[in-house]
Amino acid sequence: MRTILYILQKEFIQIFRDKAMLPIILVVPVLQLLVLSYTATFEIKNTRLIICDQDGSSESRELLAKFSGSDFFQIEGFASRYEEGVEWLKQGRAEQLLMIKSGFSEDLHREGTGKLLLVTDAINGSAAALMNAYALSIINQYNNELIQEKFPGKILAEAVSISPSYWYNPDLNYKTFMVPGILVLLVTIIGMFLSGMNVVKEKELGTIEQINVTPIKKYQFVVGKLLPFWIIALFELAFGLIVARLVFQIPVVGSVGLLFGVASLYLLVVLGFGLLVSTMTDTMQQAMFISWFFMVVFILMSGLFTPVESMPDWAQWINTLNPIAYFIQINRMIMLKGSGFSDFSGLFYSLVAYAILTLSLAVWRYRKTV
Amino acid sequence: MKPVIEVHNMVKKFGDFVANDNLTFSVNQGEIFGFLGANGAGKTTAMKILCGLSKPSSGVIKVAGFDVYKQTEQIKRNIGYMSQRFSLYNDLTVRENFRFYGGIYGLSGRQIKDQTDKLLSRLGIIQSADKVLRDIPLGWKQKLAFSVAVMHKPTIVFLDEPTGGVDPVTRRQFWELIYESANEGITVFVTTHYMDEAEYCERVSIMVDGRIEALDSPDQLKKTYKSASMNEVFLKLARAPKVVI
Amino acid sequence: MKGFIFKEFLHIFRDRRTMLILFGMPIVQVLLFGFAITNEINNARIAVLDEAKDEMSRVITDKMTSSGYFELATVLQSRDEIESAFKKGQVKMVVVFEPDFSSRFVKEGQAAVQLIADASDPNTAGLLTNYASAIIRDFAMNLQDQQKPPIQLRTETTMLYNPELKGVFMFVPGTITILLMLISAMMTSISIAREKELGTMEVLLVSPLKPWQIISGKVVPYIMLSFINALVILILSYTVFGMPMRGSLILLLLESILFIVMALSMGIFISTVSKTQQQAMLLSMFVLMLPTILLSGFIFPIANMPLPLQWLSHIMPSKWFIIIIKQIMLKGLGIAYFWKETLILAGMTLLFVGMSVKKFNIRLA
Repeated sequence: MRTILYILQKEFIQIFRDKAMLPIILVVPVLQLLVLSYTATFEIKNTRLIICDQDGSSESRELLAKFSGSDFFQIEGFASRYEEGVEWLKQGRAEQLLMIKSGFSEDLHREGTGKLLLVTDAINGSAAALMNAYALSIINQYNNELIQEKFPGKILAEAVSISPSYWYNPDLNYKTFMVPGILVLLVTIIGMFLSGMNVVKEKELGTIEQINVTPIKKYQFVVGKLLPFWIIALFELAFGLIVARLVFQIPVVGSVGLLFGVASLYLLVVLGFGLLVSTMTDTMQQAMFISWFFMVVFILMSGLFTPVESMPDWAQWINTLNPIAYFIQINRMIMLKGSGFSDFSGLFYSLVAYAILTLSLAVWRYRKTV
Repeated sequence: MKPVIEVHNMVKKFGDFVANDNLTFSVNQGEIFGFLGANGAGKTTAMKILCGLSKPSSGVIKVAGFDVYKQTEQIKRNIGYMSQRFSLYNDLTVRENFRFYGGIYGLSGRQIKDQTDKLLSRLGIIQSADKVLRDIPLGWKQKLAFSVAVMHKPTIVFLDEPTGGVDPVTRRQFWELIYESANEGITVFVTTHYMDEAEYCERVSIMVDGRIEALDSPDQLKKTYKSASMNEVFLKLARAPKVVI
Repeated sequence: MKGFIFKEFLHIFRDRRTMLILFGMPIVQVLLFGFAITNEINNARIAVLDEAKDEMSRVITDKMTSSGYFELATVLQSRDEIESAFKKGQVKMVVVFEPDFSSRFVKEGQAAVQLIADASDPNTAGLLTNYASAIIRDFAMNLQDQQKPPIQLRTETTMLYNPELKGVFMFVPGTITILLMLISAMMTSISIAREKELGTMEVLLVSPLKPWQIISGKVVPYIMLSFINALVILILSYTVFGMPMRGSLILLLLESILFIVMALSMGIFISTVSKTQQQAMLLSMFVLMLPTILLSGFIFPIANMPLPLQWLSHIMPSKWFIIIIKQIMLKGLGIAYFWKETLILAGMTLLFVGMSVKKFNIRLA
């Protein structure tokens, strides 16, 4: 036990003597939370619209007024011909083209139908679907107004009233969804990179050899190496939660104690993983690339940005090996919905098994002999 | 004199390559034993086995009375080691380095403090005890590394080319440290490239291509090979046998 | 000179693990993006709380589950169970049919359905309620002998360049960019910093080789590696995902080389300002990788970001390269449409080369 204390003391001195460390621990998380939660959003607003109004009637102008009054659209300019409008899309100066052909109002008055043309730059498929749906709903709304205006009382009451309600996030705020996920990312990056790099660094500098000739026990070395980063990462989580509370007004609905309990367990998995990588590599460059590779794959598949349920079965199966996916799910449950332990006990026990697996693999792979 | 290192027929192979070919020798307590050989002769390999960092392919080897196959942890408790590469922590102060290694070897807080003060005042740099190691010149660092290696009063201390890249004055001072430790009863097992240093040893072994070609006191070796200096002995031995290039 | 380039290749190829990652990473990433990462909704688990238990509520439930969007995970008996179903994360949405659904629908023309969504994932929640509403409305419209509305605006919609709204079209250009950046800038900066750290750079500098020869010797292998990688990704996206190549392949390759050279000059610059490998790594990580992922329009559209971040995105070389790739591959356009972006990249290259040369000379002087 005393031996471990000596290692801890040495690690902490080294960590805090490094001048880059304090900024990394205090500034990077805040930056990450701020930048990520503002950039990582699929919300669509200010769709850039190019208008080609060949009709120029009072109806077409009314319709355009609806678009310019909407928060979702921003009219970038007017084209006189269809080709000119498409040119705007090609140059990337607009994302959507609304074309009102001449004869639109005439048809409306005569036949009660009016034709419109909506062209969307669909390279970003999911954004295009949303832009399309928004545009159609504005057109639909205008349609209803026209009916009400010309045929008062004609409007049919909807036979089925549908009332959606959004629990846990009534404003559908995307940041509420992202922030708990980013917190997970934060502790993962700190835990995995710092612990992984640390052991390889001793290898590269040759100091590990000096340690290996001492009577130190494997478990003492591993505990001494991991505990500092475990503590720092938990501190990081506390810090991140405060920022989430103060800047984004996202409180922890569930139990904070439970959250830290799960985080402590999760960090064992992450730290074990980092240590495992560093026992298998010889240089920091290698360790860096391997950690980076797994991080990218784990993050993309974790459900941080896109729903896990939409992935094909094989991908969901791979995800049972993805520790980040577990903790993001649990963290969102606790922070946003106030779920209790019994709600995610299955996930929790998987994490326990995972922690035991990675740590014992890491201890087994760490050799005092060469 | 009782031997503290006993090696019988030690063999170490890496695939087809034989790094140590049937080594047999012993080192007595309190002796300064020089382990010489050209680069790649197999010195470091043998030393790593004796320190418990690596396992031999075959042979009977005992260090401080413990078996290198099964009792490496007991061996480690009884030896000190100073590697070829500088391996104290550059971002810790002198005192912090001592405290860390002392702690690992299980010294008490009191013992750590006493030993640190004793060793540092012997080196005469007690005033630099709280300087970060990075700011200390290389020669001093080597002496500090040696002091750390003997801090826990081991039976044997292994030194792997301890004076590489160090000026002659500092080397001289370094050897004085070695003598002091030997006088305290610590066995010194040292590899070196400097033949003048070989003269300081009580007994010397010379390795060529994985085998021990000669083992005796420097004076006896010079007689046997009819040479004026250890340098000549070494050149005769290292040049003579099969050089296959 | 030739021997020198050869030595660099040896360094790179000898390190098997790094090689595996350099070539494995693009393939895994493209496959992941293509198959696994999607915003589309299918088989979302929902629950039904049927307080009506009549013909109509059953038909609507069937219609929803057969749409492919929804999968009926459980049937709830009371409103108290909703909360716990959400907390366990069993379902994403609960459909509540109010009592006497059919009779109220037939007699009063007024029946009520409540859609309660777990909006801790707001994107999915919004989509689910939209899909469900559409299905229920459709059902109601079919039942009422709905007369045609007197006025109808018919909108003909066209999805330009990507009629099937495939996600890969968005991700492939970004993946190419990010990997070129990773290999070119990060690898060169680390490998030069490594030579500096190990002291081998000094040896090269005192050799009769000129500094530009040393640098190009370091750089040529990475240009080739990056280029091969870019080709692999292009072939994969073309054959596996049906990503089109509407414009000129030669033009795309030329632009890629420009971007690679830009990234390399950036890597060289990073290595001139950093003393150790670790510094070079951290700099590459935070200056290159994260901004490349976040601020280049790779995953998240730039137009939705706050203004300061939009300004910041202008100095991200990757942003301009992603625009160029999309213009060539997906829109099939020529240089007339992106000469500005090309000039920006060329300018950035000159800037970094200039700054590195200046740094380098100061160090030698």
